[in-house]
Amino acid sequence: MSINVLNAGLLTTIQDIGRTGSQKFGVLVSGAMDSYSMRIANLLVGNDEREGVFEITLFGTMLQFEEDTLIAITGGDLQTTIDGIPVANWRPVIIKKGSILKFGFAIEGCRAYLAIAGGIDIPVVMGSKSTYLVAGIGGFKGRALQQNDHLSFGQLTKSNDKVFTRIEQQGTPDWAVPHHPFISLASTQTIRIMEGTEYQHFDGASKQRLVSEPYVVTPQSNRMGLRLEGQALSLTEKLELLSEGVTFGTIQIPPNGKPIILMADRQTAGGYPKIGQVITADLGSLSQVKPNAKLTFKLITHAEAERELIAKEERINQIKIGIQQKLQ
Amino acid sequence: MSDQKSLDIKALGDSAILIKLGEGIHPSVHQQVKNLSFLLDEFPFDGFIESVPAYNSLAVYYSPYLVHQSTHGFQTDGTPLEKVIHYINTLADQISDLPVTEGRVVDIPVLYGGTFGPDLHIVAETHNLSIDEVIEIHTTPEYLVYMIGFAPGFPFLGGLDERIATPRKLTPRTSIPPGSVGIAGKQTGVYPLETPGGWQIIGRTPTDLFVPELSPPSLLQSGDKITFYPITQQQYDEQKKVKSCQ
Repeated sequence: MSINVLNAGLLTTIQDIGRTGSQKFGVLVSGAMDSYSMRIANLLVGNDEREGVFEITLFGTMLQFEEDTLIAITGGDLQTTIDGIPVANWRPVIIKKGSILKFGFAIEGCRAYLAIAGGIDIPVVMGSKSTYLVAGIGGFKGRALQQNDHLSFGQLTKSNDKVFTRIEQQGTPDWAVPHHPFISLASTQTIRIMEGTEYQHFDGASKQRLVSEPYVVTPQSNRMGLRLEGQALSLTEKLELLSEGVTFGTIQIPPNGKPIILMADRQTAGGYPKIGQVITADLGSLSQVKPNAKLTFKLITHAEAERELIAKEERINQIKIGIQQKLQ
Repeated sequence: MSDQKSLDIKALGDSAILIKLGEGIHPSVHQQVKNLSFLLDEFPFDGFIESVPAYNSLAVYYSPYLVHQSTHGFQTDGTPLEKVIHYINTLADQISDLPVTEGRVVDIPVLYGGTFGPDLHIVAETHNLSIDEVIEIHTTPEYLVYMIGFAPGFPFLGGLDERIATPRKLTPRTSIPPGSVGIAGKQTGVYPLETPGGWQIIGRTPTDLFVPELSPPSLLQSGDKITFYPITQQQYDEQKKVKSCQ
């Protein structure tokens, strides 16, 4: 055994890049809400960027390590400590046997990601380690972590070993990956969107409100979707839609006119009109907003959204190269 | 499509597109959806992730970054979206050349009424039919599985006889047991997992519709045909028992 859950906190699950390829069977994609943080956490410890990590929500998680291990914490700032001493995020850190890693309350962002060198030793279900909570599939026994759960780590690869040895010899590095190019942890956010597939069916006033009035994230929001409170949006005339594909960041408008943004645990199909779509490059920041946060939407073109996404992928490539260079 | 007509393709964000292949719920439109899905699986482009069939549309998920980086398979330069649209339009020229594929026919046993089908009498009363007539009408058609969605393995079926189409319950149940067979308006379907739901529940099947350990995990797939047939409590219990021994 390698890790002992002393306190599971509000919601701690194992998530990776998501379960793709089975949506045609009605199987949700799931995966990390903020996949930029998840991927970078993995890279920092020498894992494949798609490896499973712990997704820790808002507060309260306490883990005891039963052997020396290399970890990295990214995402929101949950005032993390090791044996009471604050630990820096966005860099690789060695945690000693018997030490307790504690997540306090989120002062910035909503979710932290904990990667462990070698990954987490759990079965891959339909190509993914992600926890699919509703169906009880994947992750650790198909559920959120509970007190007294024991989880094992995976075997260290050469790449893990390299980082581990380096940090062991030199101590916690004086460098960290800056998170600003990937996610914002601000409490109010401007989220960039593009037109949804039914955008043209909304009336002019609604299109205007969407990009001028702030929307508040309600406490009814979760991994499935963010429910927003604000000015209601309406169609020029009633639309009868058949169910069709939706995706991460789809902004759909149910009959009450209040937007719902579909997130990692979205259903595979939906039948509500889609007024907008959050650009992929901003999904990490959106996943870090807490309940009661204010969102403002900014409309950009499809081509701009693609350029933003490509720019972030190229920055991740730079991180990979940068880490390799530091280890040489 | 010998006339080189372009498909109706809309961007679903920056990493997916929705391709609409017709209007409404028709087996012929759905055949086109299936054919395009088949072609994409056979001839995926660089960066293709998966495609998801629905009634008259196909969602295609892809990595714009991999499309952007790819140097082969795409005929045009341009943005990732332009490259994908061009690729799919070229691929779609072959849709009509594909033979019509026959989906499998899956027979699903149902124990109608009683505690397993608490709303069967509501369907009967709504339409002034006897319980037996409702069962006969429900077990007569061959239903087409248009899509799997909402929940893992949950089939959206076409072909319900209008004579037993019944509105949803005004107050949804908080929990519907797995295997429950229901009617909602002109739809009928089976709940593979325990979920909340507002459908009129008329029976229950001992057949598992979703087993994550199997590949594929879903018993039914888009394009399959299914029929329901009535079984007795004894047959239901026996089928359940057989499964628990497997």
